[in-house]
Amino acid sequence: MRNPLQINDEHLKELENEAIFVMREVAAQFENKVLLFSGGKDSIVLVHLARRAFWPAKIPFTLMHIDTGHNFEETLAFRDDLAKEFGCELIVAKVQDSIDNGRVNEEQGINASRNKAQSVTLLDAIEEYKIDVAIGGGRRDEEKARAKERFFSHRNEFGQWDPKNQRPELWNIFNGRKNMGEHFRVFPISNWTELDVWQYILHENIKLPGLYYTHRRKIFSRNGTYLAWAPFMQLKPTEKVFEADVRCRTIGDITCTGVTLSKAQSLEEIITEIAATRVTERGGRYDDKRSEAAMEDRKKEGYF
Amino acid sequence: MLIDPKEKSKSLLRFTTAGSVDDGKSTLIGRLLYDSKSIFEDQMDHIVQSGKRLGREELDLSLLTDGLRAEREQGITIDVAYRYFATPARKFIIADTPGHIQYTRNMVTGASTADLAVILIDARKGVLEQTIRHSFIASLLDIRHIIFCVNKMDMINWSEEEFNKIVINLGKLVSKLGIRDAHYIPISAKYGDNVVDRSENMTWYHGKTFLKLIETIEIEKNKDPENKRFPVQTIIRPHTKEFHDYRGYAGRVAGGVFAPGDEVMVLPSMLRSKIKSIDMFGKTLSESIAGDSVSISLDDQIDISRGDMIVDPDDLPAISQDINLMVCWFNEQPLRIGAKYLLKINSNESGCIVKNVNYRLNIDTLEKDIENTTVRMNDIADITIKTSKPLFFDSYRKNNITGSMILIDEGTNETVAAGMII
Repeated sequence: MRNPLQINDEHLKELENEAIFVMREVAAQFENKVLLFSGGKDSIVLVHLARRAFWPAKIPFTLMHIDTGHNFEETLAFRDDLAKEFGCELIVAKVQDSIDNGRVNEEQGINASRNKAQSVTLLDAIEEYKIDVAIGGGRRDEEKARAKERFFSHRNEFGQWDPKNQRPELWNIFNGRKNMGEHFRVFPISNWTELDVWQYILHENIKLPGLYYTHRRKIFSRNGTYLAWAPFMQLKPTEKVFEADVRCRTIGDITCTGVTLSKAQSLEEIITEIAATRVTERGGRYDDKRSEAAMEDRKKEGYF
Repeated sequence: MLIDPKEKSKSLLRFTTAGSVDDGKSTLIGRLLYDSKSIFEDQMDHIVQSGKRLGREELDLSLLTDGLRAEREQGITIDVAYRYFATPARKFIIADTPGHIQYTRNMVTGASTADLAVILIDARKGVLEQTIRHSFIASLLDIRHIIFCVNKMDMINWSEEEFNKIVINLGKLVSKLGIRDAHYIPISAKYGDNVVDRSENMTWYHGKTFLKLIETIEIEKNKDPENKRFPVQTIIRPHTKEFHDYRGYAGRVAGGVFAPGDEVMVLPSMLRSKIKSIDMFGKTLSESIAGDSVSISLDDQIDISRGDMIVDPDDLPAISQDINLMVCWFNEQPLRIGAKYLLKINSNESGCIVKNVNYRLNIDTLEKDIENTTVRMNDIADITIKTSKPLFFDSYRKNNITGSMILIDEGTNETVAAGMII
């Protein structure tokens, strides 16, 4: 195996050049632009890339967080600090509001999650703010439906994705034309792998929430995945909460983000751990395990 | 950081593979991913489960990336699938495309971003129509390196003589198409001969194994190092106290080398200036080459907007409204002579009218058809267009970025064609 800490400048540089090119196309081709910011590492990298793309000007995108209300507290603090530090405008659209005004029914039961409900909140926000492009941190290596995504991904007036009828994307020429009411999702880091993202974070010395590093946390085990415990989560009688040293490999809604047992304290240690792992990043994501086409179905409805 | 400065920088290689399952393409890619430990346990579980559900007996690696429900159900790849893997020597992005003629447009799409093409040949069958098709598309898209993998050598008793015969036929095709760099490897994807490990059955072969070749082949990332080309994407104006007068032209270098102090000309205005600085996030660069996303500022205040191009005044691209190009048609609606389309060439846009279809190419035989010139989906044709304003461009062979364009139907906003300027 190659040494994952041996950072390959040339290859990261090419991925960075590509992502910056895509961001600048977004700035030039659209009017009302948001960058979907979850507080996770991929969206943090997007913000960093946007700063590089438009320096010395400010980022020409508003940050938008679709807040399920089931967050890791640290993520919210990190989000607010980052927006302040870089002078970004921030829109927070709350799933709780969509539930309160009857737009979605909250899932009930043990496995209840607000993950799916996010799509409704997201599409409502896109309509409310007349957003015509939303930049996301999706990567093709993450999941098989994502592997079919375009850099510029068209959404019809219902916010839906039609995977079988996507516009061909040639060279680096991006067709962002659309009718009123339609919008685009754009994925500048489509070609990055999980390891690329981590190597880039190390290379650029990008600040991340503490959740990505080892910390002591109350967790429990469900279907082979460790989940972080929070007061609003329902436990089965057999499930026991215990404390352990863990880190998050991805950060999403707390109800569906698996945690990894880990003592990794530094980026170097995290990268070494990831390079050796035999399970994909989303292998711990409960939201993807619901069915074989869980991601495809959610994406068609308007998911990230 | 544990970076060894003596370690040679590892690059990114993008390659495309065209072909059907029968060619052993999935087996070849599967072996690469498997042997480089790029398939994870949960993905493997998933393939096994899916395969069982679909009643497949053998492990079907296409289930890894045939991510759409329809693809899995029908057992076909509808779209380009991108796969990622790395070895100690290099990082790879594979654009895996279905090889059937009805997927020519997908092949063209996959090839448009590739540095290298891998073409599989069945050793029992030799050069077929599809070999011609795949090779032609690679040459049309100006992929400069092609690896012909003569697969299923186990089925012809590892015969050197048979392999040499196929190589002679491929050599003729290569020179006919003007392919710049061709390699030939006898392999058995099924048994792994010459894929990752050297074959013990074909000791007569002294060249590199497939993996060794893709790890070491030298790729020119700066395909056009001579001619300065900088299409302007967007203008950066910070309006802050610190950078009150800063005006940067953001873009990605499409050709040549730019450095501060260079005399430049801006198209279409033809105004001249000098490069004041090349910036990247607070760093001033001493030069930038093709592929670099940078911001250029000039000595003089000139009116420059998106779609303009900064070039060397002594080396201008072609400037014209009449353009001859090869197109690959992507849309179910056939091309219409006299119809207007929107054209996108790098960051520039223009209207255009199709004046003439000069010929349609049969890509299985490479014969030109001047009788039946209706250009339908997946067809390749030589056409002439007239643009609504003068465009500045190069031939595609000279510069893939300033010589490529897409056509858009303004009614549907769909991308209907890929065009390569002749």
